[in-house]
Amino acid sequence: MARRLIWLALALALACLLYMTVNARGSWSFLLPFRGQKLAALVLVGASLSVATVLFQTITENRILTPSIIGFDQLFIMIQTVLVFALGSADYVGLPALLLFLLNVGLMSVLGLVLFTLLRRGARGEMMRLVLTGIIFGVFLRSATGFVQRLIDPSEFSVVVTVTYARFNTVDGVLLALTTAVTLPALWAAWRMRARLDVLGLGDEIALGLGEPPRRGQSIALVLICVLVASATALVGPMAAFFGLIVSALAHVITPTERHAILLPSAALTGAVVLVAGQTLLERVMGLSTPISVVVEAVGGALFLFLLLKRRRA
Amino acid sequence: MIRIRNVSHHIGPAPILHDISLDIPKGGITALIGPNGAGKSTLLSLIARLAVLRQGEIHIDAMKIGEVSDRELARHLAIMAQSTHVSARLRVEELVGFGRYPWHRGRPGPGDRAIVESAIERFGLGPMRHRFLDEISGGQRQRAFVAMAFAQDTDYLLLDEPLNNLDIAGARSLMRLLRQMADEDGKTVVIVLHDINYAARFADRIVALHEGRVAANGAAREVVTDALLRDVFGTDAKVSLHDGHPVVLV
Repeated sequence: MARRLIWLALALALACLLYMTVNARGSWSFLLPFRGQKLAALVLVGASLSVATVLFQTITENRILTPSIIGFDQLFIMIQTVLVFALGSADYVGLPALLLFLLNVGLMSVLGLVLFTLLRRGARGEMMRLVLTGIIFGVFLRSATGFVQRLIDPSEFSVVVTVTYARFNTVDGVLLALTTAVTLPALWAAWRMRARLDVLGLGDEIALGLGEPPRRGQSIALVLICVLVASATALVGPMAAFFGLIVSALAHVITPTERHAILLPSAALTGAVVLVAGQTLLERVMGLSTPISVVVEAVGGALFLFLLLKRRRA
Repeated sequence: MIRIRNVSHHIGPAPILHDISLDIPKGGITALIGPNGAGKSTLLSLIARLAVLRQGEIHIDAMKIGEVSDRELARHLAIMAQSTHVSARLRVEELVGFGRYPWHRGRPGPGDRAIVESAIERFGLGPMRHRFLDEISGGQRQRAFVAMAFAQDTDYLLLDEPLNNLDIAGARSLMRLLRQMADEDGKTVVIVLHDINYAARFADRIVALHEGRVAANGAAREVVTDALLRDVFGTDAKVSLHDGHPVVLV
């Protein structure tokens, strides 16, 4: 199993190398930082969304859920829509990137934490209630956003559309540094709780019987999920909801184990490989400017159906 | 000893347990019996802190439920819950290995592995140790969970209706293993049983619950009587003696 992680790491190294070198025209003094920043963003977003998905699947004991179901992406789109509506597209584009980033991270984290704490104060704090409420909340946000979008001037609306898909074309250095500073400790914290996650995945009663109070572990995991998803989304925009799902499914195929000591690095590496390799293909080989999230959404939808059908047969 | 004092419990507005005071002595097998809804499982959950204790006190030796840390309690008391469904896809040996978690907290040493090995051997899980839990029979799965509780190496072992879904061979072999753990390892086994005959045959003591109160408490011969079946279980089945063990003729 550990050997497969090494192969994954090699695959990531290769993908990174290709991303940096294919079609490299111009001076390296420009290319290196320019492509380097985008590459760093790809790796960071890929890893953090994948780890967040694995955490979410473990605490919900459900292999076909992703944290985006809670409505993070919808909230992100809503924030941008409301800003464009209120300020106009010119002022929205003119907003300092740092301010926008902090606003996005702040609001998304607050949403996640409020949603989680409100729900978990209830008598039993069942995970499924949280998930269902999150779905309904997501639908509510989507409808509200749709309403505001209809009020927006059509030419301004195009600004909203561009930010509703994750893009890696331009990555701000300061924001990247900020995201890294937030994401790395969160990833480290997830790694530190790998043994606890194994136990939490056994279900509440068994976990408690083994001396691992489920609610505390779940709360910590939820905070980590909030931080990871919010910062990744604020950096590049909403990644396809299916991205985490694809990656965790792939990780389970590549390293078929329930041990998070293997699963977490495996998912993080797979996520980074998928994003970097996918972006290399799209951007360098096929010369497309299509955001990778659109492709992921299409492929992911098919995979999701496949997973559902496979589960039924099993 | 498990000391239960003045424990009452509600689930929503419905009262489940009424002012229960009970001592479960150390050693041997104590069976909790009673009709559906008598509060057996609730009482067991309260002892194992799976349900939050709101009224009354429960002490396990010197540990007070609600005050002792979950981690500390997990080294003295193992619980096998009613549902043995695990959504994670685990192999038998991985599941048994989790029994050591309260001791090593994720870093198993050679001592932990040795205990897991002995648990696998003792419960006859060797031939299926690499199989997944969803690939073995219900009886084998049940045995794997008891092996996990055994590997937890606690003085107290609580089981909630472990005979559910087991055929007669599986049920008897599981009860014999529990008997062995009580007799040879000196463990205190508290078990919720549906079938009075299993309780009468294998348990040292029987506690009968009825509508949230202790209706009878003592050796099988004293507890399992025509009167108990009539008053507690509401049926007119007769009790006969066989080899000194009471048997309910159903």
